[in-house]
Amino acid sequence: MKVLMFGWEFPPHISGGLGTACYGLTKGMTSFSDMDILFVIPKAFGDEDKNTIGLIGANNVYIRVQDMRITGFLKKMQQIEVGVHLLPYVDPEVYEKYILDSVQGENSFITSDFEGRLQFTGGYGQNLMQEISNYALIGAAIATQHSFDVIHAHDWLCYPAGIAAKHVSGKPLVIHVHATDFDRSGGNVNPVVYNIEKQGMDAADRIITVSNLTRNIVIEKYGIAPEKVVTVYNAVEPVEADESVKAPARGDFDEKIVTFLGRITMQKGPEYFIEAANLVLKKMSNVRFVMAGSGDMMNKMIRRAARLGICDKFNFTGFLKGDDVYRMFGLSDVYVMPSVSEPFGISPLEAMQSNVPVIISRQSGVAEILKNAVKVDFWDTHAMADAIYGILNYPALHRVFSKQGKNEVDNLKWETSAKHVRDVYYSVI
Amino acid sequence: MKKICLNFQIHQPFRLKRYRFFNISSDHYYYDDYANESYIRRMVELSYLPANRILLDAIREHKDKFRVSFFISGTTLDQFELYAPEALTSFRTLADTGCVEFVAGTDAYSLASLVDKDEFVAQVETHKAKIERHFGKPVSKVFCNSNMVYSNEIGAMVEEMGFQGAFTEGAKHILGWKSPNYVYCSATNPRLKLLLRNYKLSDDIRFNFSVQAWSEYPLTAEKMVYWMELLNPKEEVINISLDYSTFGEKQPASTGIFEFLRYLPKVAIKKKFAFATPDELLELQPVAPLSIHYPISWTDEERDLTAWRGNELQVEAFDKLYKLAERVKQTPDPKIKVDWKYLQTSDHFRFMSTKFYSTGRRTPYNPYESPYDAFINYMNVLSDFTMQLQKVAEPAAKVDVKALELELIEKDRQLKATRLQLDKLRTTIAKAMQDDDDDLTLEEPVKKAAASKKKAPVATATKAVAKVPTKKAPARKKAVT
Repeated sequence: MKVLMFGWEFPPHISGGLGTACYGLTKGMTSFSDMDILFVIPKAFGDEDKNTIGLIGANNVYIRVQDMRITGFLKKMQQIEVGVHLLPYVDPEVYEKYILDSVQGENSFITSDFEGRLQFTGGYGQNLMQEISNYALIGAAIATQHSFDVIHAHDWLCYPAGIAAKHVSGKPLVIHVHATDFDRSGGNVNPVVYNIEKQGMDAADRIITVSNLTRNIVIEKYGIAPEKVVTVYNAVEPVEADESVKAPARGDFDEKIVTFLGRITMQKGPEYFIEAANLVLKKMSNVRFVMAGSGDMMNKMIRRAARLGICDKFNFTGFLKGDDVYRMFGLSDVYVMPSVSEPFGISPLEAMQSNVPVIISRQSGVAEILKNAVKVDFWDTHAMADAIYGILNYPALHRVFSKQGKNEVDNLKWETSAKHVRDVYYSVI
Repeated sequence: MKKICLNFQIHQPFRLKRYRFFNISSDHYYYDDYANESYIRRMVELSYLPANRILLDAIREHKDKFRVSFFISGTTLDQFELYAPEALTSFRTLADTGCVEFVAGTDAYSLASLVDKDEFVAQVETHKAKIERHFGKPVSKVFCNSNMVYSNEIGAMVEEMGFQGAFTEGAKHILGWKSPNYVYCSATNPRLKLLLRNYKLSDDIRFNFSVQAWSEYPLTAEKMVYWMELLNPKEEVINISLDYSTFGEKQPASTGIFEFLRYLPKVAIKKKFAFATPDELLELQPVAPLSIHYPISWTDEERDLTAWRGNELQVEAFDKLYKLAERVKQTPDPKIKVDWKYLQTSDHFRFMSTKFYSTGRRTPYNPYESPYDAFINYMNVLSDFTMQLQKVAEPAAKVDVKALELELIEKDRQLKATRLQLDKLRTTIAKAMQDDDDDLTLEEPVKKAAASKKKAPVATATKAVAKVPTKKAPARKKAVT
């Protein structure tokens, strides 16, 4: 079976959970001999090798088709990179800002009519919606040139491409919902984004959600028939031995460290972490709280921590890159994910791999499958503080969580998730 | 004859390097040597040295008639020693003319005066000593606090330290209709005279000099002196105080600022103005008392503390820093002492100001992208400093507790011994009473005194208060024996 997959970033350009999930899932797929994947990927960085880029169709959008062999993948996979400027985790306003800040003046790709039907923005547009429809047209073009059995589109930016491919090829469409705009916006939904999501879900033959939490949102908020929606949980890539060894020695820290790691946005509930920290600091002093990451609520969080007067015990690191994430886990005694609405949440799994006990909010998809984690409601800062205090002060608790948690998480394999996805494919063809 | 008092302020902080969370507990060096060196070199080369040459020429030309005063912060003097020793020589040459006075302030250009008197006094003493060491002459009797911060309370501390005057801002909300061009005195400590900065004339040089859109552009020495002539003839003083880097750095040489500086003394002396040092202004009688309840400064339109303590970030950082003061005082560790001083420099808090953040106007020489950035970096450094401090302070404290415990046991033992002795004495007295009636009158009061004194120390000792028995036990022993 051949799958045309509209996916996201691949190493080294991984910036968050969506890319990690795409990567893990695709890797898991390659373990099945009957699965072939044609992977279409938007390249937003402009640092790719121009020599191997070819043109496709009548438009001048750059597309590079190549066979790639990724370490750990059981067989080689065909990948198509498309010169379209899409980024995961953006809404239209942020996108515009990002484009204005960083891309203007960089190499602009001049695009022209696509078979005379549509006027492109001319280069990397500043309009996200325009780029999405560009991507959709390219999706259609690719669909006419390749043969496949199923189309699989990840997250809303790819839905239109999936729909277009379905239209030209008549093959079934599976969409994969990693998040909805209800999660990202906290209920304050952007109608344009909602529309695209809704269209994708309506056009899809099957919808895969990353948790039952998201499945319910899809059913209730988007009015989708429940039998069309299937939950397939994410998993976690096993850490290679040298990476866990890489975790640094604690240095001179004689303080316990409690970590929040993620984008500092409303969705992730950073303010509850601060309030819980404040409560814990009233009871014990040899503890340090770290908020790692950046985001639109960062400044507000800094002010809040300052106002509470806990900044001598509360540090902000800013955005962490690459190995710093592992270093951070290596330093942590407790990992807290107080997300207000988290479709899945891979980061607690990564923490558990590093033997760090985790506290997660009940409002996260990952809470549905994890047993060896403390689960609290995101708003219940007292329960959160209580759990933090307990894990820090009762070594037995810490030991149990870190050992059992590691065991549990090591059994969450992408192969399992991939098998479920494969079952979904077979159910639609 | 009006007196012009020129006061040039020089301050550079030790800027902190980018100090990440991961540096905490492993990296204990906090300063950005490259930035600090390049900033101070820039200032020295573009401004201080050429301006010093002009002042030296003017002093030689006009003999005693031309006088100036400087405030050079302790951190700047440290940086001169490290990065620009020729600047020290240059200032020393100026000092040797006898027409230049150096004003004392806080060593770290800190705002310790607001919260910690001991620290404030200590920093002023260090700064005085530093000035005397470098320039071979005592400091002025007029004090100038960092950023000209002043209030009644600060005035009281300044007078207590033996100063006879203080510089501060001629802030409008304090003066009202009054003119800054007189000598005033503190309302609460009337012997302390106040010299008020004429911010209008000072800022015309500092900010407006090269602004071509300014209605008075170009500003020449003649024009400045002409404005001074227009002032009320009864007014006695004109305090011009500005950062020295105005000459050549803030206002580049191409604006003609050095020519302005060269001609100002010439024109002013020709027009019968006299130049005076702060000390010489102390001869003038104050015209009125000024009561300043809330601290004022020379910064921003508000002329208050909001540049350093205006938002919650600044307050948090400031309070967390000074919370450590007691522990630092008990530490002899020299590195802790130096870091403690450099971390107090007011610029660190200024960088966290959100006042003009939204308008995009930035504090000059601010190395940070945003106030939040400044705050995060400072707090990371402060976290490490606190840990270092704990490490240094803790062993000392532990030894202390043990020693005190031992002392307590020792005192208890002594107490028992003396109690036994007391019992012995008592029996002897009882015997003596029976034996000899004449002795009775002599021995009675002794016995009573001994008995009453016995109880008190025992009671306190059992409460395990370390110090009380330590002091009393030997005293009581003496009384008994």
